[in-house]
Amino acid sequence: MKKTLLLLAAATALAGIAAPAQAEGMDKVKACFVYVGPVGDFGWSYQHDQGRKYAEEKLGDKLETAYLESVPEGADSERAIERFARSGCNIIFTTSFGYMDPTNKVAKDFPDVKFEHATGYKTEHPNVSTYDSKFFQGRYVIGQIAAKMSETGMAGYIASFPIPEVVQGINSFMLGAQSINPDFKLKVVWVNTWFDPGKEADAAKALLDQGVDVLTQHTDSTAPMQVAAERGAHAFGQASDMIAFGPETQLTAIIDDWGPYYVERISAVLDGTWEQSRTWDGMAEGHVVMAPYTNMPDDVKAMAEETEAKITSGEFHPFTGPIMKQDGSEWLAEGAVAEDGELAGLNFYVKGIDDQLPQ
Amino acid sequence: MDMTQAIILTIMTAATPLLLAAIGELVVERSGVLNLGVEGMMVMGAVCAFAIAQLTGSAGLGAIGGMLAGLLFSLLFGFLTLTLVANQVATGLALTILGLGLSGMIGEAFIGLPGLKLVAVPLPLLSDIPFLGRILFNQDPIFYTSILAVIGVNWFLFKSRAGLRLRAIGDSHTSAHALGVKVVRTRYLAVMFGGACAGLAGAHLSIVYTPQWVENMTAGRGWIALALVVFASWRPTRVLAGAYLFGAVSIGQLHAQALGLGIPSQLLSALPYLATIAVLVVISLNRRMTLINTPASLGKSFVPER
Repeated sequence: MKKTLLLLAAATALAGIAAPAQAEGMDKVKACFVYVGPVGDFGWSYQHDQGRKYAEEKLGDKLETAYLESVPEGADSERAIERFARSGCNIIFTTSFGYMDPTNKVAKDFPDVKFEHATGYKTEHPNVSTYDSKFFQGRYVIGQIAAKMSETGMAGYIASFPIPEVVQGINSFMLGAQSINPDFKLKVVWVNTWFDPGKEADAAKALLDQGVDVLTQHTDSTAPMQVAAERGAHAFGQASDMIAFGPETQLTAIIDDWGPYYVERISAVLDGTWEQSRTWDGMAEGHVVMAPYTNMPDDVKAMAEETEAKITSGEFHPFTGPIMKQDGSEWLAEGAVAEDGELAGLNFYVKGIDDQLPQ
Repeated sequence: MDMTQAIILTIMTAATPLLLAAIGELVVERSGVLNLGVEGMMVMGAVCAFAIAQLTGSAGLGAIGGMLAGLLFSLLFGFLTLTLVANQVATGLALTILGLGLSGMIGEAFIGLPGLKLVAVPLPLLSDIPFLGRILFNQDPIFYTSILAVIGVNWFLFKSRAGLRLRAIGDSHTSAHALGVKVVRTRYLAVMFGGACAGLAGAHLSIVYTPQWVENMTAGRGWIALALVVFASWRPTRVLAGAYLFGAVSIGQLHAQALGLGIPSQLLSALPYLATIAVLVVISLNRRMTLINTPASLGKSFVPER
C-alpha cells in the first residue's frame, strides 16, 4: 500500500512531462484498481485483488499494476480515480457500484485512458466499459439448497445496499427456495455497509434469534459464517470460499473469479483492440464459480449440481416466468425470461418476500 | 437461553469495545490531552491480539498482547505530543492512519484464518442467579474488565487525590505545574492507560466479537468511542450509559428489520447515532455542570517554564 502511494506520488510528479501516449498496441500497460474494502476482507475486494495478481502472473513483464484500497464511494473515489488517471494508468478498474458516476466523470477528462466499472450500468463515454458477473445464477442454487436444508422453513439474508445487483440476488435466492418449498420465508436485514464484521455478526445473531436456521449474505466479511458456526446453523460463503470459517457450516459459496476478465481486457489494451463493452458473464464463462457442496445429504447435492449444470449450459434461467411481483401483479408470463437490461435495473421484490425494499 | 437473554447478550458484546475505548479516552481527555488516535490504537490491539493468540494458542495471552500493543502504540503519541510538543490533533489523526496501515501489514499473514475465541469465565455462585447470572456473570474476561474500568475510573477521578491532580492538570496545566504537580508524567500515564484500554477494546473485536482478523475491522468504532466521551460530558457513568444505549439501539434496529416492521432501513441504521446524541445531549443540558466537567486545557500543549 505504501509502495503504491509512493509510486503514485512519483508518477504524479512525472505526469506533466510524460503524457500517456496511446498508440496502436503497447509494449507495457499500467493497470490500476480501486477497491471499496481492504484487500484483506477475504470477500469482494480480496477476490478482485486475486484477479489483479492473476493478471500479473499471466502477463508478466508487460503489466504493471497499482491499487488503492478502502476508497469510500462518492466524492472521495472521484479523487482517487482522477489521481490514477493522472499518474499514467492506461486502464483503470473501479470495482464498486458507488464508483459509477465518478468513473464516468473522470473518463470524460481522460479520453486516452480506458475505464472499466464493475457492477454499474452507465457508459457515458466511449472509453468506459462495464463488467459484472451473474451472481444471481449462484443465488438461485443456494436458494434451493436453503429450502432443502432449513428445518424452520426460514432463511436470513444480510443485505448491504438496495441496488439492482443485491435485489437480483435476493429475488433469485427466493425463487430458488420457492421452487422447493412454495411457503418458504425469507427475512432480510439491511446493514447499509459493505464491510463491518461486527455489524454483520450482529445482523447474523439477530436473524438467528428470530428463528432462521440458514444464513446468506451480500456483505463482504466472514463474520456471519462464524456466527452461524457458533450457533450450529448453516450458511453460504460470499465472494470467496469461506469453508475455513465454518467447516461444518458452509453449504457452498458463490465465488467471484475476475482473473480471466482482467487478463482479457488488459491484453486488449496491449494489442490496441480495446473497445467499449458491457460484459455480464456468469457460470458459463467461469466468472461465477460454486465452491464444493458440503455438509448436505447426497440428494441435495445432486439437486444443486443439476441446477448448476442447467444454468451453465443455458438450459435454465433463474428468472423464468411465471413470476409475480411482491404486490401480486404479474412480472413475467409463463415461459418468459427476464431481459438482461431489465435485470440490470431491478428495483422490486418478487412475491413472497416479507420485507419492504428500501427505495 | 431465551430470546431476551440472547438479545441482551448481543447488545453487551456490541457495547463492550465502545465502552472500553471510551473510558480510556475519557481519562486521557480529563488530563487535558486529546488523542484522536483511538481507532488506530484499537486496530493495532485487534491485529496483535489475533496474531499472539494464533502464535501462542492462547486467547488470554492474545488479550494481554492486544492491550500492550495499544499501550506501546500510544507511547508514540505521548512522545510526539508530550515530549516533542507536537500538535495533538494532527498527531492523533496520523496515529490512526499509521495504525490502519501498519495493522494491515502485520495482519497480512493472518487473513483467512479462523481465530481463537476468548472463552467465558462463569463466576462461581453469581452465575447461577436466574436470568441475570447468565447475562452478567457468565461473560468473557474483557467484559468484566470493562465494567471494573468504569467503576475504577469513577472512583479514581472523583474520590482519590491522584485523580484530583489529574483533573487539575486537565483544567489548567500551568496552575497545576506551579503547584508542583508533575504534568508531563501524569499525562504520559493517562495516555498509556488510554492506549491500553483501546488496545483491549480492539482485542475484544478480534478474539471475542468476531474471532478473525480482517483489515480495518474496527470499522469506525474508535471514532464512535471518541464521540461518546464528548457527548457524555466526560463522566464515566454517562459513557457507560451511552455505550450501552448505542449498542441497544444498534441491535434493536436489526431486530426491527428482521421482524419486517416496514420502517426504512436507512433511517434505522442512523438511529443509534441519533438516539445516543439526543439522550446524552439532554442529560448534559445543565450548562454549569457541563462547564465544570469539561477539561479546560483539552488539546493544549504544555511547555514547562525553564
